[in-house]
Amino acid sequence: MNPALNPPLSNPPVATPYFFYGLAAIMIIGGILVITRKNAVHSALALITTLLAQAALYLMLYAPFVAGVQIILYAGGIMVLFLFVIMLISIERQEKERPFNKQWLVGMVAAAALGGLFIAVYTTRTRGSVLFPPVGRESYVEGQNTQGIASLLFDLHSGTYMFAFEIASLLLLVAIIGAVVMAKKRI
Amino acid sequence: MHDFLRYIESYLGSDKTPGTAGNIFWATVYVLLVFVGLSVAVIAMNWLERKILAHMQVRLGPMRVGPHGLLQPIADALKLLLKEDIIPAGADKVVFWIAPFIVVLAAFTVFVVVPFGPTHAITDMNIGILFMLGVSSLSVLGIVTAGWASNSHYPLIGALRSSAQMVSYEVAMGLAVVSAILMTSLNATNTGTLSMIGIVEAQKAEAVWFLFKFFPLGIIAFTIFAIAMVAETNRAPFDLPEAESELTAGFHTEYSGFRWSLFFLAEYSAMIAVSSIAVTLWLGGWLRPFPNLLQGPTWDLAFSLVPGLTFLFLGGMCFYNTARMPKHPLFKVQTVGLAGFGTLLALIGILMFLPPLRDRVGDIFWFSAKVAAFMYLYIWYRGTFPRYRFDQLMKVGWKVLLPTGLALLICTAIWALRAQVWADVVIPMWTGFVDRLRSIF
Repeated sequence: MNPALNPPLSNPPVATPYFFYGLAAIMIIGGILVITRKNAVHSALALITTLLAQAALYLMLYAPFVAGVQIILYAGGIMVLFLFVIMLISIERQEKERPFNKQWLVGMVAAAALGGLFIAVYTTRTRGSVLFPPVGRESYVEGQNTQGIASLLFDLHSGTYMFAFEIASLLLLVAIIGAVVMAKKRI
Repeated sequence: MHDFLRYIESYLGSDKTPGTAGNIFWATVYVLLVFVGLSVAVIAMNWLERKILAHMQVRLGPMRVGPHGLLQPIADALKLLLKEDIIPAGADKVVFWIAPFIVVLAAFTVFVVVPFGPTHAITDMNIGILFMLGVSSLSVLGIVTAGWASNSHYPLIGALRSSAQMVSYEVAMGLAVVSAILMTSLNATNTGTLSMIGIVEAQKAEAVWFLFKFFPLGIIAFTIFAIAMVAETNRAPFDLPEAESELTAGFHTEYSGFRWSLFFLAEYSAMIAVSSIAVTLWLGGWLRPFPNLLQGPTWDLAFSLVPGLTFLFLGGMCFYNTARMPKHPLFKVQTVGLAGFGTLLALIGILMFLPPLRDRVGDIFWFSAKVAAFMYLYIWYRGTFPRYRFDQLMKVGWKVLLPTGLALLICTAIWALRAQVWADVVIPMWTGFVDRLRSIF
């Protein structure tokens, strides 16, 4: 990676582990509320809280650009469209329905796999490597984050991720065209 | 205590914003100042809108409460605070309660990065403009939840219209903003900026407002933004979410008293916020007119007198109207009040002539004056344009503004790199074409 993009941090980090614990708690509570609320609008609001806490988490990781994009795209864009659709559902009928599809076996297997993954990641620390890298390492100073991302994506010489980025945007374009084709009978 | 004073003093003379300098005390002071200033601006805007709209329609507007209705906004605010606060029986109480706060929080938070001057901003973020667009896009969540939580038909329809409209126009708005940001990268390092202060400084360095840069590309981008921002703030002629003739009051039909006033506050501060974006991106932010053409100490002095002269003019208008007040004894209080208000404005004007104040308020004055021009435009639109139909609104957004914005972005990029495009694309293609022709014939 270009060393010019990685100068040492000038200020000591203000983001302490307590920020992380608070934000993680908000995210987990929000996530639990998303799946336990019977009212779909409440679920959507809880999901928005989770996404906003996630944006704050990006800020804590010295990635303000990603945080801004997270707010614009997810909280401001996608969730608004979610709400737009959910609002049209009749609440009365929805509250009587059982929202849980009781597939205990599949659920248990998935939960066990995810938990196993978490434990595996956590135990790597005991085997000598570090779980969380020291703050500031491999991260841009706040003032250059956007420019750093831009040169990683688009620079002719150091643009490592240009191909992946373009492929991802092509994939999204195909998805949009597919949605239009499926939604419209006659084009 | 001594340390505290030292801490306060340490920021004075700094050339950074308090947020960037990391001074918590001055950051708090700035936050409070911006909050108070905004509230005063919203109150003034309330009065001005009613008066100007009335004069456009050959009416008088509010005349009873105070001289020329000057105290009307205060009377309205008192009425709203004393009004019964009604929550509809079928409403979703928690969401109904949260919705106005989401709108107000989103509308006020964006002012964290608005640059009133090179140092007169709460903070300067590297992602400034992205932050403003992102946080102001959250206000639609408040509108949608307000409409849904009311459990009533008109608010729901208003909320649906609002979300469709705001999501549509955000796209065109974003494209116009990107083309302006592209213009900031035309410097030695070829690196642009998203910081609000950086954008204005780029205009200063390039010696042109982005409105006039790459004529006519800058003006087209500005026009797209100016149309999209009216739709984004749900104002006439795009005020379908609260169309009185169809939906009573749209998404806030069921709100009353204090909660309703929060929506009102949020709507007006959102208008000021988007106007600030337009001013920062295209109209040179805090820069005075012609900073490069008319430079030198004489011009600097002449332009620094403008704020004081403006306030003196406003004071003079008050005195003129004091003389025109009816001579009936019943109007005595009002006449004295208007004369007092005129004296206050004239005093502020005289204070603005003092050199230490003059040098410090110049940038804030020019920024506010430019934003005020936009506020007047908002009222003017409301007075002149009929409301769009919803399909027309969507057609304008998706079929006119969006393609224009995309074409504009491409044109701006090509024009910015015209030398490279000419040398690397056009000339090789042309020579290749000529060689091909030679080989055939």
